[in-house]
Amino acid sequence: MNIVETDGERLLLALRGVLAAKGIASAAEIAERIAITDSASPGQGARMVAKAWTDPAYRTRLLEDGSKAAEELGIPMRGMPPLGVLENTAELHNLVVCTLCSCYPRAVLGYPPFWYKSAAYRARAVRDPRGLLAEEWGTVLPEGVRLRVVDSTADYRWMVLPQRPAGTEGWDEARLASIVREGDMIGVTIPKAG
Amino acid sequence: MFAPGTAVRVKDDWPETRGPVHIRTPHYLRGMQGTVVRHLGSFRNPEDLAFARPAPLRALYHVRFDQPSVWHEGRAGDELQVEIYEHWLEPL
Repeated sequence: MNIVETDGERLLLALRGVLAAKGIASAAEIAERIAITDSASPGQGARMVAKAWTDPAYRTRLLEDGSKAAEELGIPMRGMPPLGVLENTAELHNLVVCTLCSCYPRAVLGYPPFWYKSAAYRARAVRDPRGLLAEEWGTVLPEGVRLRVVDSTADYRWMVLPQRPAGTEGWDEARLASIVREGDMIGVTIPKAG
Repeated sequence: MFAPGTAVRVKDDWPETRGPVHIRTPHYLRGMQGTVVRHLGSFRNPEDLAFARPAPLRALYHVRFDQPSVWHEGRAGDELQVEIYEHWLEPL
């Protein structure tokens, strides 16, 4: 068997050929989309979070329209589903899941972590979210904080704006962005000063 | 259109028992009562898009549910917030 020439590869070539012949997507457009997808990473979401922590006007715009706020920082959002941003506060913690499949804000967080697509995460996040957070991530919400689980079922994508941790006073945006992890923007973890 | 704060119920309907379907309404919310948070926009109905049928625009709502009421367990005050299309919602 020639593993370079697989059925999948031939199918892909044929599909690309048909898309180009019908004027639906050129080779260049497909290459551009692949490059955008590959370049997306949690670092982009972290930049948005750090800016929101230091710039109250940006925070307002981010909560109003996540897609526009991402584009403002040069993150390509064209052709992507609209992005909504969920703000964690002293009274409320947000957790994002997609129980139906694996909807994920890829434009700003990149490819989802493997566990995000697991049946175990998806089922437990809506039924026993506090047990899930405590046992899998060691995340225990302070007393009095309500938990809101956002099940991403349809045409929106959701990311969490975590609370700025204590001990980061005076930090610039780059340093703040460096402590924001992918899990903080899904809501399974909470950022710490270091 | 449902205004924010409207009490609604997700239809207790199971189209998957009647033939091939693509549904964006989770099983665990069928028949459950919730509250409209806001209109998120209108989108082509994914139930038609999935089968390459003409897909009309449908209003999509963020709807909030009391988490312990849905599962009969959990912490009082915890919530579920889910995107539900208008044709799955009925006013209470």
